[in-house]
Amino acid sequence: MIEMRLSGSGGQGLILAGIILAEAALLDGKMAIQSQSYGPEARGGASKSEVIISEKAIHYPKVTNPNLVLAMTQEAVDKYSKDLPADGILMIDTTFVKKVPDHLKNVYHLPITEKVTAELGKALFANIVALGAIVATTKAVSVESITTAILHRVPKGTEDINKRALELGIALAAK
Amino acid sequence: MAKVLLLQGNQACAEGAIAAGVTFFAGYPITPSTEIAEIMAKRLPEVGGKFIQMEDEIAGIGAIVGASLTGKKVLTATSGPGFSLKQEFIGYATIAEVPIVIANVQRVGPSTGQPTAPAQGDMMQARWGTHGDHPVIALTPASVPECFTLTIKAYELSEKYRMPVLLMLDEIIGHMREKIEIPEYDTIEKPVRKGPRVGPSEFKAYEPDSDGVPPMADFGTGYRYHVTGLVHDETGFPNGSPAATEKLLKRLHEKVERDIDNITMYEEYKLDDAEIAIVTYGGTARSAYAAIDMAREEGIKVGMFRLISVWPFPEKEIAQLAQKVKVIVVPELNYGQMVGEVKKAAEGKVPVKPMSKYDSEPISPKELLAFVKNL
Repeated sequence: MIEMRLSGSGGQGLILAGIILAEAALLDGKMAIQSQSYGPEARGGASKSEVIISEKAIHYPKVTNPNLVLAMTQEAVDKYSKDLPADGILMIDTTFVKKVPDHLKNVYHLPITEKVTAELGKALFANIVALGAIVATTKAVSVESITTAILHRVPKGTEDINKRALELGIALAAK
Repeated sequence: MAKVLLLQGNQACAEGAIAAGVTFFAGYPITPSTEIAEIMAKRLPEVGGKFIQMEDEIAGIGAIVGASLTGKKVLTATSGPGFSLKQEFIGYATIAEVPIVIANVQRVGPSTGQPTAPAQGDMMQARWGTHGDHPVIALTPASVPECFTLTIKAYELSEKYRMPVLLMLDEIIGHMREKIEIPEYDTIEKPVRKGPRVGPSEFKAYEPDSDGVPPMADFGTGYRYHVTGLVHDETGFPNGSPAATEKLLKRLHEKVERDIDNITMYEEYKLDDAEIAIVTYGGTARSAYAAIDMAREEGIKVGMFRLISVWPFPEKEIAQLAQKVKVIVVPELNYGQMVGEVKKAAEGKVPVKPMSKYDSEPISPKELLAFVKNL
């Protein structure tokens, strides 16, 4: 079982990223649950999307022992990485996150939004870049399934740019 | 071919309604039930149905009562504040015997409370929210697939007994996404309403069959009758005599009570040799499965009786459970609601312990395990 929390600010596309990740897991023939919590705001406000992937039935739908926390804002690190064990993966977008908790040993400093804006012209694809980095790091789902799941969810005409965003994320995590 | 999808509980509820043959939805979107309205707005035109966003919650249920009288299967969806507003019409549909289904995706209350956070605080409101003596059928799904199947079941029961059926989801189940296999809808048996067997001139709108349920004629098909919230006799016209009053109220209750074994639904999980029984429902049952698995690894004999139909309450089954186990624990996301019913049914044969949580967070499996270990 792998438990992942994708956190940031409302509007960064993290709920969608969680859904895509869970759908990719189903394509791999695994079980998956995605859930989220957010405030009443449509934009802004701390937002988290949680995904659990397992070979067996998953009972409790919320993450209780995270293996990975993605944090796309400083508020998200502060709020949602508290229960991450020392050897758990913290993945931060260095565009927005400046401080990480000292006890964490396994931190990926990735310039997600900065890089995607420079290379693809829009911050909009940051969630897909993050997915690439998560898949490359955790192997939670196959690259083939995440690609299929992304293409199934994104608007027509944006397939190529989303594929490039995914590849960018995979490359970022490999560094 | 069955389709494998990742759906939210709310989506599965809406799809279940489409599969059951619903062709009319009226409502007023409210978090955390909004997706049900959103999906019905998209799906109903695709199947020749109608969706109306009404001016408020009361109008939403009023419109479905009217549409049901024309023979349509109908749905409205809401959450706490809207559920409060709908109570008047729930009573009306009960006494006028109009089949309707209401999905209530529970959030923290009272009042506006916490719109995006889960709770199970409307369980007693489901039972007694509308005034006066009345029967109630309420179902609580604990998974996304069950949101689909129980929604279809809600229509079967609503049409069979001619009364409102409440689908009591909570934010955990309504908003979580998990795997569901959805069959082709033409393979699903659509609940059928019992129609009149005599012509319009002989038809008495509220003359029951031996099952206590009167056949129902669709408005607009030549059958004319009076529909009222007043106590009425078999013609449908008001009759306030003590005899007519007692007869109607007795029949409304007995049509449900006599069939309670066919309505009652529950699941037993690792209960065979259990010394501790967890009685719970909905999203909290998900914590219980996990806590029970953890406890069993430590050799603690605990199991779950999961309420699927919460109303009418399965008193007989809980009484039997109370004879078998040493203690009953009732975890729920409220200050203590269904625990009172469990106590009543257990009749002092065994201690019944509430585990109430009302801080806007679900009960985690670890919390429940710790509670069980500290008994």
